[in-house]
Amino acid sequence: MTDAPLLELDKLSTHFVTARGTRVVKAVDEVSLSLRAGETLGVVGESGSGKTTLALSIMRLLPTAARIVGGGLRFAGEDLLAKSPSEMRHIRGKRIAMILQDPMASLNPLFTVGDQVAEPVRVHEHTGRRSARDRARSLLKAVKIPAPEQRLREYPHQMSGGMRQRIVGAIAMACEPRVLIADEPTTSLDVTIQAQYLKLLRDLQREHGLALIFITHNLGIVARMCDSVAVMYAGRVIEAGPVRTIFNAPVHPYTQALIESIPRLGGGPSRLTAIDGQPPDLASLPAGCSFQPRCPRALDRCREEAPGITTVAPGHTARCWLAAK
Amino acid sequence: MSVSTAAPSRAVGLPLASRLAAFRTEGFPTFPILILLVLVFTAVFAEFIAPHNPEVGSLSQRFKPPAWIAGGSSTYLLGTDHIGRDVLSRLIFGARVSMIVGFTAVIFAGVLGTALGILSGYFGGWVDQVIMRITDTWLALPALTFAIFLAAIVGPSEWNIVIILGAVYWTRYARVIRGEVLSIKERDFVRLAIVAGCSKMTIMRRHVLPNVLNSAIVLATLMLGVVIVTEAALSFLGVGVPPPKPAWGLMLADGKKGLMAGYWWLTVFPGVCIVLMVLSANLLGDWLRVKLDPQLRQL
Amino acid sequence: MKRFVLRRLGYAVLTLILLSLTIFLFVRVTGDPTVLLVEPGASRADIEALRQDLGLDRSLVVQYVGFVKDVIRGDFGRSFYYRTPVLELYLSRLPNSLLLAAAAMAFSLLIGIPSGIIAAVRVNGWWDSAGKIFALLGLSMPSFWVGLLLILFFSVYLGWLPSSGSGTVWHVLMPAFALGWYFAAAHMRLTRSSMLEVLGSEYVKLARLKGLPEALVISKHAFKNALIPVMTLAGINLVLMVNVAIVVETVFAWPGIGRLIYEGISFRDFPVVQATVLMNGSMVVIVSLMVDILYAVVDPRIRYER
Repeated sequence: MTDAPLLELDKLSTHFVTARGTRVVKAVDEVSLSLRAGETLGVVGESGSGKTTLALSIMRLLPTAARIVGGGLRFAGEDLLAKSPSEMRHIRGKRIAMILQDPMASLNPLFTVGDQVAEPVRVHEHTGRRSARDRARSLLKAVKIPAPEQRLREYPHQMSGGMRQRIVGAIAMACEPRVLIADEPTTSLDVTIQAQYLKLLRDLQREHGLALIFITHNLGIVARMCDSVAVMYAGRVIEAGPVRTIFNAPVHPYTQALIESIPRLGGGPSRLTAIDGQPPDLASLPAGCSFQPRCPRALDRCREEAPGITTVAPGHTARCWLAAK
Repeated sequence: MSVSTAAPSRAVGLPLASRLAAFRTEGFPTFPILILLVLVFTAVFAEFIAPHNPEVGSLSQRFKPPAWIAGGSSTYLLGTDHIGRDVLSRLIFGARVSMIVGFTAVIFAGVLGTALGILSGYFGGWVDQVIMRITDTWLALPALTFAIFLAAIVGPSEWNIVIILGAVYWTRYARVIRGEVLSIKERDFVRLAIVAGCSKMTIMRRHVLPNVLNSAIVLATLMLGVVIVTEAALSFLGVGVPPPKPAWGLMLADGKKGLMAGYWWLTVFPGVCIVLMVLSANLLGDWLRVKLDPQLRQL
Repeated sequence: MKRFVLRRLGYAVLTLILLSLTIFLFVRVTGDPTVLLVEPGASRADIEALRQDLGLDRSLVVQYVGFVKDVIRGDFGRSFYYRTPVLELYLSRLPNSLLLAAAAMAFSLLIGIPSGIIAAVRVNGWWDSAGKIFALLGLSMPSFWVGLLLILFFSVYLGWLPSSGSGTVWHVLMPAFALGWYFAAAHMRLTRSSMLEVLGSEYVKLARLKGLPEALVISKHAFKNALIPVMTLAGINLVLMVNVAIVVETVFAWPGIGRLIYEGISFRDFPVVQATVLMNGSMVVIVSLMVDILYAVVDPRIRYER
C-alpha cells in the first residue's frame, strides 16, 4: 500500500443554483478530505448537512440544479473533474462504487436480481451473458446470500430488506471497485441485520483493500467501523481527524455535542437529537460561522467572520475560532 | 454540466427540490385572461357589436366568403352560411350561448358536487358509502354517451343542456372535495369547533367550505373547457342547443353542409372560437391550480 | 389477491346495477316511456300493446326486474328503423368501432409515448416546451373539429383521402387521427410525468451509479417502469374511444356504434339509443375491471398489498 491518497478532495464545492441563478445553496462548501486504500472514512452530520451531495459529487452524478463550482477531486492520481461524461461513466460502478440508502427503492422492480447484479459486469467488462451470470452467482455467495442460484431468478419484491441491501452491496462490488461509498446503508434495517451487514462490509473491505467512505448519522457505527471521521455541518467539514482523537478530544462545540448525545449505557442505536435549535437553512445561512446561532460557546467573532481551517494536531483539523486560539 | 438529467429530490437530503420549485413563479396568464375577457365582453354586448341579426339571413346572400376573398363583401366580414346569415354575428351571439351554458353548467355541477363531497367527507360512514358509490358509478359512465342519452330523452334546449352537463360532471368535484374534507376534518380548527359545540351544519359552512373553495374554483376552471366541448358536441349532433340559436357547435353542424363545396369559413371560424375559449380556460385552470392549490397538481 | 378480485368484482356488479337502474329510471321518470319507445305513427292499439308489454301499470320494481331479465337474455328490443333486433345491430357495428379505436390508439401511442419520453428526458428544454404546446392544443381541440379540418384539407383541398365511409385503409386514416389526437396529448402528458417520476427514482440512480450508458438507463430501467401507468390508461381509453367516437363517426359517416347512436337519435329510434348506451357503459365498467385485475397480476406489489 502506497502512501499517496487514493481519493483526494481539495476544497471541493458543490452549489445548487436556481433556474434564474438568483439564489445559491452551498450544499458542499470547500470540503477537503483524503482517503487511502484500505482505509475507512466516516462522514457524519445531520440530514441536510450535505453528506449525500458530497457523495454524489465524488461520483459526479448530481441533480441538474447542482454544479461542482470549485476545488479539486483526484482519484488514483487522475483529475476526475477533467473527465468527460463518458470517461466518468467508465469509472462509475467500476472503480468507484456507491451504495444507496434505501434497499427497497434502489432495485428495479421489473428485472430479476441476477440481471441487476450482472449488469455492471456486462457493461464494464463486456462479458457474455453466461459468464456474467456465473459472476453474479459468486457475488451473491460473497455477500452471503443462501441459495444464490435460485435467488438470481427472483425479483426484488420477493426478498427481505436485509437481503436486498446485500444485493445492492453485491452490485457495488461487482467490478471490484477501489473506492466504495456507502450512504447510510443500514438506516432502514433492524439492529441485528445492521450488525451483520456492517461486518459484511468490513470483510469485503479487508479482502479487496477497499477504500470505504461511510456516510451515516450514527456515531456508534463510526466508532466501530472507521479509521477517521469527518463531521459535516451546513455543507462544511467542521472537524476531521482520526476516530480516536475526535471521540476523545473533540474541539468543535458541535462535535462535542454530537458525542455527548450518544447514549452511554446499552449502546443501542444513537441518534443526533440532543442539540438545541433547528438545523440550518442552507439557502439563508447566518453570518459568520454557520453553527453560531446554536453554539453554546459562540464568541462575538463567530457572528462576524467564518472560521478557516485550523490544524489542531497532525491529521486533526477544525473550523472553529475556539480551536484557532 | 452534470451528467444526470433528472433532479431526484431525495438525493439532496434537504427539501431543496421543493424549495427550488417555489422560486419558479409561473408567469401570469395574460393571454387566457385577455381572451376570456374579450369573450365575456362580446357575450354581454352582443346586440351592440354584432352587425346583423344572427338568426335571420337572406337567401340571396348564401355562402358568401369572408370579406378579403374574391366574392366577399365588407357587409359580411367573415362570410355567410347556407341560409345567408352573417357568420360574424352568429359567432358573437354564439359566445353568449357558450358562456351562459358553460358557466351555469360548471356552477351547477360545482355546487352539487361540492355539497355532496362535503357531506360525504364530513359525515363518513354510510352517507359516505352511498354518495361515493353513486359517484363512482357515474364516473364509470362514459360522460359524452351519457350526456347524449339524457339529451335525447329530454329534448334539445339550452337549459336542458345545463342540467344534463351538471348532472354528468358533478362527480369530478365530489371525488376531489371529499378527499380534501377528509384531511380538513382532522385539522385543529375543526376539532376546536367541535369541542366548542358548534353544530355540524355550522362547522361545514363556516370551517370546511371556505377551505375547499380553492379546489372547487380550480376544478371549475378546468371543467369549463370540458363542458364547452361537450356542449359543442351535443349541439353538433343536434341534441344540444336547438336551431336557429347561434351556438358554435350548431354552426359547425351547419358548416358541414358547405364543407365538401369548400366553404371553409363555416368550419374554421366557429372551431377557432371553441378552441380559443377552451384553451384559455385550460391555461387559466393550470395556472390557478399551481397558484391556489398545490395538492391538485397531480390531477 | 382473491379478496382484491372479489371486492373489485363486487364494485363492478354494483356499478352495472346502478347503470341499468339509471337508464331505466331516466326513461320512465322524465315522461311517458311509450312516447319514446313507440314507433312514430303507431296506432292507438300499438301503443296500448306496448304499454301492456312494458308493464307500466305495475310497480317500478317489477318493471325493473323485467327490464333486467330482458337485458340478461340479450333482448334489447327491435330497432324501429332497421326492423332487426338491436343486439344484432350493435354486434354488426362493433367491429368497425373497434377497428377505428384500435387505429386511433395505435396512432396516439406512437405519437404520445416517444414525445412524452423526449419531453421528460429533456425536461424544461426545447422539446419539453414543444410538447407542452402540443398537449395543450390536443386537449383543447374538439376531435370532431379536427376531423372537419382534416376533411377540408385532405379531401376537399388536396383530394387525397375519402371524406366518408369505410372499406379501405384510406378511409381509416382521418377518423383515426381525429379521434386519436386528444388521446395522443393525454398519453404524452402521462408518459412525461410517469417518466419524470421514474427518472427520479432510486433504482434509476443506482443504474447510473453502475455506470450504465444513459441510453440504456432510459430504455431499459426507466422506460419499462414508466410504461405501466401509460398502458393502464391506454386500456381504459380504448373503450372510452368507442364512446367518444360518436361525434367523429358522425363526421366521417363511419359505420360504427357511435353512428348507430346518432342514427338512433335522428330517427327517434329509441330502443337503439337505450341499448347502445347500456352496452357502451357496461363495456367501460367491464374493461376497467379487467384492467384493474390485470394490473394486479402484472405488478406484484399491488397483489401483495391487498
